Amino acid sequence: MFSFLHVAMPPLPLFLAQLLVGLINGGFYAILSLGLAIIFGLLNIINFAHGALYMLGAFCAWFLLSWLGISYWAALLIAPVAVGLVGMAIERLFLRRIARLDHLYGLLLTFGLALVIDGVFRQLYGSSGMPYSIPAELQGATDLGFMFLPNYRAWVIVASFAVCAVTWFVIERTRIGALLRAATENPELVRAFGINVPRLVTLTYGAGAALAAFAGVLAAPIYQVSPLMGVNIITVVFAVVVIGGMGSILGAVISGFALGVIEGMTKVFWPEASTTVIFVIMALVLLVKPAGLFGRAG
Amino acid sequence: MKRLTVLSAFAAALLLSAGAHAQIKGNTVKIGVLTDMSSLYADLGGPGSVAAAKMAVADFGGTVNGKKIEVVGADHQNKPDIGAAIARQWFDTQGVDMITDLTTSSVALAVQEVARQRNKVILITGAASSDLTGKNCAPTSVHWEYDTTALANGTGAAVVKAGGKTWFFITADYAFGHSLQNDTAAVVKASGGKVVGSVNVPLNTADFSSYLLQAQASKAQIVGLANAGGDTINSIKQAAEYGIVKGGQKLAGLLLFITDVHSLGLQTAQGLELTGSFYWNQTPETRAWSKKFYAVMHKEPTMVQAGVYSSVMHYLQAVKATNSVDGPTVMKYLKSRPINDFLIHHGHIEASGSLVHDMYLYEVKKPSESKGPWDLYKLIATIPSAVAYKLPHGNQCPLVKG
Amino acid sequence: MLRDRAALCWTAGLIALALIAPFVLYPVFLMQALCWALFACAFDLLLGYVGLLSFGHAAFFGGAAYITAYTVKAWGLPPELGILAGVAVAAAMGAVFGWLAIRRQGIYFAMITLAFAQMVYFFAVEAPFTGGEDGIQAVPRGHLLGLISLNHPLTMYYFVLAMFLIGFGIIARAIDSPFGQVLKAIRENEPRAISLGYRVDQYKILAFVLSAALAGLAGSTKALVFQFAALSDVDWPTSGDVVLMTLIGGVGTSLGPVLGAFIIMAMENYLAQTGSWVTIIEGIIFVLCVLTFRRGIVGVIGPYLTFRRSPAETPGTTPTNAETSLAPPA
Repeated sequence: MFSFLHVAMPPLPLFLAQLLVGLINGGFYAILSLGLAIIFGLLNIINFAHGALYMLGAFCAWFLLSWLGISYWAALLIAPVAVGLVGMAIERLFLRRIARLDHLYGLLLTFGLALVIDGVFRQLYGSSGMPYSIPAELQGATDLGFMFLPNYRAWVIVASFAVCAVTWFVIERTRIGALLRAATENPELVRAFGINVPRLVTLTYGAGAALAAFAGVLAAPIYQVSPLMGVNIITVVFAVVVIGGMGSILGAVISGFALGVIEGMTKVFWPEASTTVIFVIMALVLLVKPAGLFGRAG
Repeated sequence: MKRLTVLSAFAAALLLSAGAHAQIKGNTVKIGVLTDMSSLYADLGGPGSVAAAKMAVADFGGTVNGKKIEVVGADHQNKPDIGAAIARQWFDTQGVDMITDLTTSSVALAVQEVARQRNKVILITGAASSDLTGKNCAPTSVHWEYDTTALANGTGAAVVKAGGKTWFFITADYAFGHSLQNDTAAVVKASGGKVVGSVNVPLNTADFSSYLLQAQASKAQIVGLANAGGDTINSIKQAAEYGIVKGGQKLAGLLLFITDVHSLGLQTAQGLELTGSFYWNQTPETRAWSKKFYAVMHKEPTMVQAGVYSSVMHYLQAVKATNSVDGPTVMKYLKSRPINDFLIHHGHIEASGSLVHDMYLYEVKKPSESKGPWDLYKLIATIPSAVAYKLPHGNQCPLVKG
Repeated sequence: MLRDRAALCWTAGLIALALIAPFVLYPVFLMQALCWALFACAFDLLLGYVGLLSFGHAAFFGGAAYITAYTVKAWGLPPELGILAGVAVAAAMGAVFGWLAIRRQGIYFAMITLAFAQMVYFFAVEAPFTGGEDGIQAVPRGHLLGLISLNHPLTMYYFVLAMFLIGFGIIARAIDSPFGQVLKAIRENEPRAISLGYRVDQYKILAFVLSAALAGLAGSTKALVFQFAALSDVDWPTSGDVVLMTLIGGVGTSLGPVLGAFIIMAMENYLAQTGSWVTIIEGIIFVLCVLTFRRGIVGVIGPYLTFRRSPAETPGTTPTNAETSLAPPA
């Protein structure tokens, strides 16, 4: 049990390999927390349904493949769009009605939605999950000298970096991103400029959902496509967002990757604690820097 | 006094909850299938177990000594407190006479305590922990199907014999995982093997990369997976990705069900060795029974589901013979004679409650060998009952004299 | 003093109902529901009267359950001391967590409490004395004060009822006291309460400790009822359940959480055979409550039931605060 004291320092190759593996998991955390951060920035709600949307993305890929024979690569585009539309519907039908209320209501509403979505999929598909194979192009592994890196895992790192970079570019360097940032600061003012803020809100939630779905498709070939996959990851991703600073794009990405690595290291030294270390860090960060590492004070 | 409205709302809420408890013990024999309906083990037990119990009742003729036989099912959600609460309610208010299935060791241990206090029969087909017939054994409970001892004796001994001398364990960090690891490690050592390392993994871990790399670095010949359900599936799947098997190491799944293998696909699972007590395509009898099961559930049965049928059948025969549902009476009958059917071979129930019977070592087929979606195993060896259930350190069960 | 007399009628009626209930209904169900009802009331003390949403109350409920189960089973403590130990530990945890958590509000507060609860969960999984996922089983109920055996369901039921009434009484008393008034003032307008010279943080910590201790009382009692302390008591869905119970019954309405607990418990009991339908229905109730029924059952029908309807309590003229804030004015 509490046996971490007896673990010797791992040899360097294993250390490097663990670092890389941590980075891969961090990629998932980064994409998911990025979506949460964008949603939180504009809507001010913690989207408890994010895990469910991630699971929907993975299932969407599975539906596409097993019902329509549509490949992984197409699913990587189609699933985020489809789940993004679901997200927009959720925003229109539910979240808009409570937009003016205490933001904790948003947390509770999305918590309820997550229960419904998870429950329905568990009812329909059981919980041992559906297999989804790694696309032929990415099967096999590359010998890096210090480790045997599966090609698909390498792709996960590349894809997650790319998605984070693109999202960052859209938000920081494009007109729609500028509007988004402005609306986050002062929705009334942006409205006064003739911008349709409610539509912007819908699109934002849709984009957050699409990011979650992208992560889901990315996860499908390595993890089992299972109704439980969202539940298992959501509290961890929450912690990541809180550590990064709620609503901070850069914070979400950096802390996503960083915590993936920290978690990976914990798995070597004290594996039993690997699911908890992130919460310990979260509590520490909140105490020392309550707005998160990259958040604005307030 | 409109205030009464709220009072009556409370009363209504109370009465609402009354409905479930109103049934009186009538002229029926009631069998409870307490299983995981919605979570990790729903596919290997769950609705399939309820269906199997109903099949047994139908095959028995629907009545026993003029009393109607009824089957009820419930979801324990893999939580021992919920399982114990349902069992208590079933015994106390709903006239349930026997409970079967009981997937998940923690739930089975909890329900065994409830049954012990009430002298009720439970026939466990879903849980693995050998503690159920070890230090926690109970006089009216039978561990029907398999336990960690049998799994360890099967897979552990067979793998060492085939040359797998050094082991690294990836263990689910909870009592069942530890018990499976300890039992297997004991067998490995007794057979001349060596354990070079192990890592405890939190339950429901999605990513096993880190642990697999540790296993790889250990250079052990065998990576033993002391886990179950989704954890096993994920670890096998990811082991394929990291080329564990290609690198010369071998995986040993210590508790694998046919639904797991089906879910993994043969491409990933091929070559795995596993111990079990039942495979649908093993004998003409198992095929005949599985065909009936398939007609209801549209999938092949797991050993847990087959065990539910077997346990219900033997229970009903005991009730018929003794004309009683009294726990000790029924148990005395069951323990007094050999147990044999399509599933159980060379079986008898020991004083500890362990149903000792033959186990089998299977190997997962190559994709080229399989003729259909459920054509998954080939039989490698039969492990005779005396070998399969041999305890390395003797039994701690207080019911065992010695 | 019509209001007092009305309250008296109320109390008397409900207690009478509670006294005869075990002859009509399955006592174990009632005991379970009462434990959850007390848990929900303790939670609502924080949400309804201080405006703090804790998403980690399972830590106190389950933590106390473990302590009671362990001290009673391993040390052979009598039930009353076992419960006391559980409550003391819950209160101590509440003091530490509260001291750290009340620095933040709203979503941050919810997240910090969740983080603490996850740590307690981890501790419960790893610590040797908790029995991992098997929990602590076969806990003896023992003899109350060394005299009265709690093994009979009816005796145990009245013991649980007494625990509930004590806890509920403490909460009701706290809310009506000057302390409660200050809490409400903090909820309504924290800066103003500060400017009036109240040491807001101390009041919040005190409320948090009280809430944690009573949640602990509920958990300890539950451990004796089921003779069991289990991981699910400290797991985060338990924290979610208690939020749901409070929400459906009515936030900040002293009886609402009780009603909510009975409804959810009855539902879980009824639907235990139907697999994940319980989850789905709970989710739907959650959504409906948030969208259309934010004041909960008692919050909606309660105002119709007072003797003299003051304008503020009559539906339709409800102050706007009730609609936007999570905790409507009582």
